[in-house]
Amino acid sequence: MSHVRHLYVHLPFCAHRCGYCDFVTVVGRNGQHDSYVDALLTELDLQRGVLADDVDTVFLGGGTPTFTEPAALARLLAALPAADEVTVEANPETVTPELAELLLTNGVNRVSLGAQSFEPRLLEVLERQASPDDVRGAVRTLRTAGFDNVSLDLIYGIPGQSEDDLDADLAEALALEPEHLSCYELEAKPGTRFTHAHGAELERQADAMEGYFELVVETLTVAGYRWYETANFCRTGARDLRAQHNLGYWRGRDYLGVGVGAVSTVAGSRRRNVASLPRYVAALAGGETSPCELEPIDSGTHAREVLMLGLRLDEPVVLAGVAEAVDHDALARLAASGLVELTANGRGDELRLTPRGRFLGDAVTADLIA
Amino acid sequence: MQQDRIRNFAIIAHIDHGKSTLADRILELTGAVSEREMREQLLDSMDLERERGITIKAQAVRVLWKGHQLNLIDTPGHVDFTYEVSRSLQACEGALLVVDAAQGIEAQTLANAYLAIEGGLEIVPAANKIDLPQADPDGAAKELGDLLGEDSDRVLRMSAKTGLGVPEVLDAIVERIPSPTGDPDAPARALVFDSSYDQYRGVVAFVRVVDGSFSTREPLRAMAQGTEFDAEELGVMSPSRTPVDGLSAGEVGYVITGLKDVSRLRVGDTLTSRRRPAAGPLPGYQDVKPMVFAGIFPTDSDDYPELRDALERLKLNDGSLSYEPETSQALGFGFRCGFLGLLHMEIVRERLEREFDLDLLITAPNVAYRATTRTGELVEVHNPAEMPRELEEVEEPYVKASVIVPKDYVGAVMELANERRGSFDHLEYLSEGRVLLNYELPLGEIVLDFYDQLKSRTRGYASFDYDLAGFRPGELARVDILVGGEQVDALSLIIHRDAAYDRGRQLVERLREEIPRQMFDVPIQAAIGSRVIARETIKARRKDVLAKCYGGDITRKRKLLEKQKKGKKRMKQVGGVEVPQEAFLAVLNLDSDRRRT
Repeated sequence: MSHVRHLYVHLPFCAHRCGYCDFVTVVGRNGQHDSYVDALLTELDLQRGVLADDVDTVFLGGGTPTFTEPAALARLLAALPAADEVTVEANPETVTPELAELLLTNGVNRVSLGAQSFEPRLLEVLERQASPDDVRGAVRTLRTAGFDNVSLDLIYGIPGQSEDDLDADLAEALALEPEHLSCYELEAKPGTRFTHAHGAELERQADAMEGYFELVVETLTVAGYRWYETANFCRTGARDLRAQHNLGYWRGRDYLGVGVGAVSTVAGSRRRNVASLPRYVAALAGGETSPCELEPIDSGTHAREVLMLGLRLDEPVVLAGVAEAVDHDALARLAASGLVELTANGRGDELRLTPRGRFLGDAVTADLIA
Repeated sequence: MQQDRIRNFAIIAHIDHGKSTLADRILELTGAVSEREMREQLLDSMDLERERGITIKAQAVRVLWKGHQLNLIDTPGHVDFTYEVSRSLQACEGALLVVDAAQGIEAQTLANAYLAIEGGLEIVPAANKIDLPQADPDGAAKELGDLLGEDSDRVLRMSAKTGLGVPEVLDAIVERIPSPTGDPDAPARALVFDSSYDQYRGVVAFVRVVDGSFSTREPLRAMAQGTEFDAEELGVMSPSRTPVDGLSAGEVGYVITGLKDVSRLRVGDTLTSRRRPAAGPLPGYQDVKPMVFAGIFPTDSDDYPELRDALERLKLNDGSLSYEPETSQALGFGFRCGFLGLLHMEIVRERLEREFDLDLLITAPNVAYRATTRTGELVEVHNPAEMPRELEEVEEPYVKASVIVPKDYVGAVMELANERRGSFDHLEYLSEGRVLLNYELPLGEIVLDFYDQLKSRTRGYASFDYDLAGFRPGELARVDILVGGEQVDALSLIIHRDAAYDRGRQLVERLREEIPRQMFDVPIQAAIGSRVIARETIKARRKDVLAKCYGGDITRKRKLLEKQKKGKKRMKQVGGVEVPQEAFLAVLNLDSDRRRT
């Protein structure tokens, strides 16, 4: 059983919950950070058996992990298994020289900064706390501290964002020379406060925004970045700068997630921890595992997931491994219309999406899936 | 009963002129049903008939009146059901011709009255609704008298609603209508003039015994088809099924055949006894050929067997319905059905949906065409997609249409008839204010919305009937609709060349609105042969991707894709394009939209 090489740790605390966010987050509650870290460490202890001796990646996501009280954060980091890639998500306004030092000395070697935009007007729409200067400052601070793997998150398709705005955001981000960029289209999920406030505006500009994804890919690839996953770009060169932790997800590997609302997939079973902080903490304080939902992932489902996730990447998916998940008529049709590329090599047939297919990834995948 | 005590008669009347009410009153007056049992329009047993206030299925009811046995054979009253009327009339010696005293003769009344006169029936005319303040019994009597060449004093006056004058009508039936004259001692022969299907007892045939007599358990043969069975039960409708020991010459009743296969006993056949068979069948009914055709497809292809069974059932009750399997690459497996007219089609559709709980897709109706190919081959075409492309000539069916309308609306009727390629034949004043117009029109121009247009342009005053008048060559074009370069068979149509361009453009525009954007540009074209007459393009989607997908999103994302795939499976693929069923529906409904506006 002890084979899992990817560990996710969820830190839900935030200074403010942004309108568009649908992650499990908890605003403030500084007093609870210690007890939450206690709970995390207990859960990690309980689940330790599934982890391999040498873990490849650790990812601290949130919430805002760097909003966690420094002492609690340091205690957590020190207790985590060592790994080749240890990533922490950070909001720019939380990045101080002290924090950078704390992360570095506790084994963190990659920071993912939630920049989102460099346009104050748009940051306000997103209810972000950081200013564009905070973003630039955070990168400088991390560099000074010695971080050589920094990722920036950008959001496009923000209500009121023009094509020029997006152009400017991309230029600003590139100027900071990050090793990695994640560019997400804003998802206005039904029922969120954000959609309530901006849904009509988003509807109105939907047509104009259709080309934004193309603009992002075009700009970043021209700047020398590799479009290695639907929404992710990295610089090329001697080092593999792809997000190794996320690559684990996209390649259909098992992963252990600890923390409130965290999801694990281990040996054909997906587990989703309870999303309520008090219930999570209470259970683990009593030495119990977190209340959770379980979803069996049988081989057919697994194959569909490997296909669906693998097609997000620029590397090919080996057909033999997902054959039962593929609608072969659709495959032929999609190949003929230049959306899927089918190639043969030593490992057998492999498939991947063509660049045009990648822009239509969901439609193509939905068609391709058996 | 002695034949001289029997009277078999039908009631001929226009819709709403009170036929069903009169039938109800007769049942009540003769004590066939008590007042307590009386429901409105008892004879119309189907829900659909009740709702639409029309009679679809002919029924035969026996009542007793002053020592006489009267068999009332109810007839449908709509333009599409001339065939059913003719069947009913053949079982009768006379007909009661009922006209609304406030409305006068309508085109339908005229058509059916002629049908009865040609069949040698004795006509008993009656003006109904004389209790209404706006009734003009004298005017109606004069119109009826003129029509029949009789003295208007012979026209009875009544109110079926109040019962006033109805006993006198019954007396007149006994006095004026001749009794049957079959040979009671000859080998038995009975005409099947209608039938229905009983879930528990099989095929129930409604018969008029012409010669000899039949008894229960008698071994029978249907002479045309050769089907053999025993008479499990003989009976009469009075008005519900009442078993009797035997049916003899002149009588009308039912035979429970026990047959489970609906196709084995056709309306129009002659029953005889196998113990002492008759030499030959009675002159059969004239089989009316359907002239209007449409494809019927189940919305869910899994329902195909149910649709097939349902059509088989309906066919038993409805000899004028025809169908054959049809495969459409766009709509899957279904049937090409032949109907007498649009109302007939509507009724079949509603019965399929209501009685058999089927969800259906119906293509735009078309008429039968006769095409001569360049090689001189003659083909009859029931489906536009089967129209040969290399044509020498196409003929289409024409009708002689009669329209009766108040004189103020003559202009409106003429305008409509001209729009529909009608050629004027003649005009006749029925009375000072009412005009009979005769036109020749292509049937194809009236199957869609002619009747609705006629009604709306004459404020409902016009009445309309038509008779087929043979095939004539026309300037017709086959218009194909292509999606993604591939022809959509279900959407092909045959139309007059002058109208082809507009119609093609309408269809193409509607499809562009209805088909969602795809992963590539989709051209939508209307074409006559290889000449494109209208074109639209559905621009490809540029982006369809969920931005984020990490460990916590996988289940949600997978379910989303699985759901999307399921949706895709429900869509029809045409030229690699996913066309939602709604798109077909919208296009097929174009005509009904046009009708509504």
